[in-house]
Amino acid sequence: MRVERPTRLTTALELLTNRGAALVPIAGGTDLLVHWPVRPDARTRDYLDLQRLDELRGIRWEPDALELGGLTTYWDAITDARVGAEFPILTAAARQVGAIQIQSRGTWAGNVVNGSPAADGVPVLMALDAVVVLESRSGRREVPLDGYYSGYREGARADEELVVAIRIPRRAHSLQRFVKVGPRRAQAIAKVGLAVARSDAGWRVVTASVAPTVRRCPTVERRLEEDGPPGSPAALDDALRADVSPIDDLRSTAAYRARVLARILFDAARDAP
Amino acid sequence: MSGSPELRVSFWLNGEDVSAAVDPRDRLLDLLRYGLGLTGTKEGCSEGECGACTVWIDGLPADSCLVPAYQAEGRDIRTIESVDPDRLAPLLASGATQCGACTPGVVMTGLWILENPVLLRSHTMRELMAGNLCRCTGYDGIIEGLEAALRPAGGGPA
Repeated sequence: MRVERPTRLTTALELLTNRGAALVPIAGGTDLLVHWPVRPDARTRDYLDLQRLDELRGIRWEPDALELGGLTTYWDAITDARVGAEFPILTAAARQVGAIQIQSRGTWAGNVVNGSPAADGVPVLMALDAVVVLESRSGRREVPLDGYYSGYREGARADEELVVAIRIPRRAHSLQRFVKVGPRRAQAIAKVGLAVARSDAGWRVVTASVAPTVRRCPTVERRLEEDGPPGSPAALDDALRADVSPIDDLRSTAAYRARVLARILFDAARDAP
Repeated sequence: MSGSPELRVSFWLNGEDVSAAVDPRDRLLDLLRYGLGLTGTKEGCSEGECGACTVWIDGLPADSCLVPAYQAEGRDIRTIESVDPDRLAPLLASGATQCGACTPGVVMTGLWILENPVLLRSHTMRELMAGNLCRCTGYDGIIEGLEAALRPAGGGPA
């Protein structure tokens, strides 16, 4: 195992151009180092340490967008009062990622690239129509997070690209809700996750842990647009069935997930003004 | 499998300038315990769940089992060895420790709260302590000890 520790983004991108898939980018390490001593496969790969790339740090406010640098941590968002005021859904999700020890290291970009269907950061970013900014030696491109995943843990990032930022359009929201159901309130992986947002752009309903990827729910969104908030948890059952496909696994059952998702969606959406 | 070349890492450790050769496979936890002999930091779950290995990195608690040792570069690291034993008195008085496996991590997160009480405006003590599991005390002793430590010395009603 070798590790490259560049201090400039251009150097990092050059290394990725030359060595592509053989070089695994690492930021906070909170996913990659889990059970590290007993994972010989992980311990023989080569890594690209991003921690010295100060260009990727920081939260930037632009007139029409909030930009999270690629190394922005959950704690960075939690402690930014402006984030809490304008995007409380980001703060709410960040506070439910692990606990301080994870929040201080884990990054939003890492959550996107890791691609877990049970992610906490991805659903809220997707509900805010976030765009993933990818950079390589040949330039930048922007991929809407909604279209980023093509399958279980498969994302749009090419081997020679880095996620340098996540851009979130600034809109007036009348509703932002994040709900995570896990075995306990901290240090847990979601059995069911839900992010709901409503703005001039319409309803956004995004689910976690009920499909192979974090999943936007277009059928549910359309129903909310047309019929307004649901009258009961069962009212959106058929729409949810069209959008998600929960399964039995080590963390929960399909039946529990479907039932709980219907109820937390009802609870989140009925608050809509 | 080819060997892993060593890296040189320099950082602040408990207020002192430290430079060490690390294997890129080492975690910060390995460097502290086996490279530098600071065995106060404990290994519990190795997956970022239990918080026994909590240290401060640039003033924030982190699980040292999930941090590559090379990421200590240029950082300010504080471990349980830096803690004045007198500061443990309120925790001992409230029964916040029993078998002791979780205690170094509990103390490091607890001291972070004590040194940053502004956190309690936005968070509860229990939410801030949620990353430290304890299988003995039932947590009440830990919370009571930290709350006692927050009260001014010799001060007012309990």
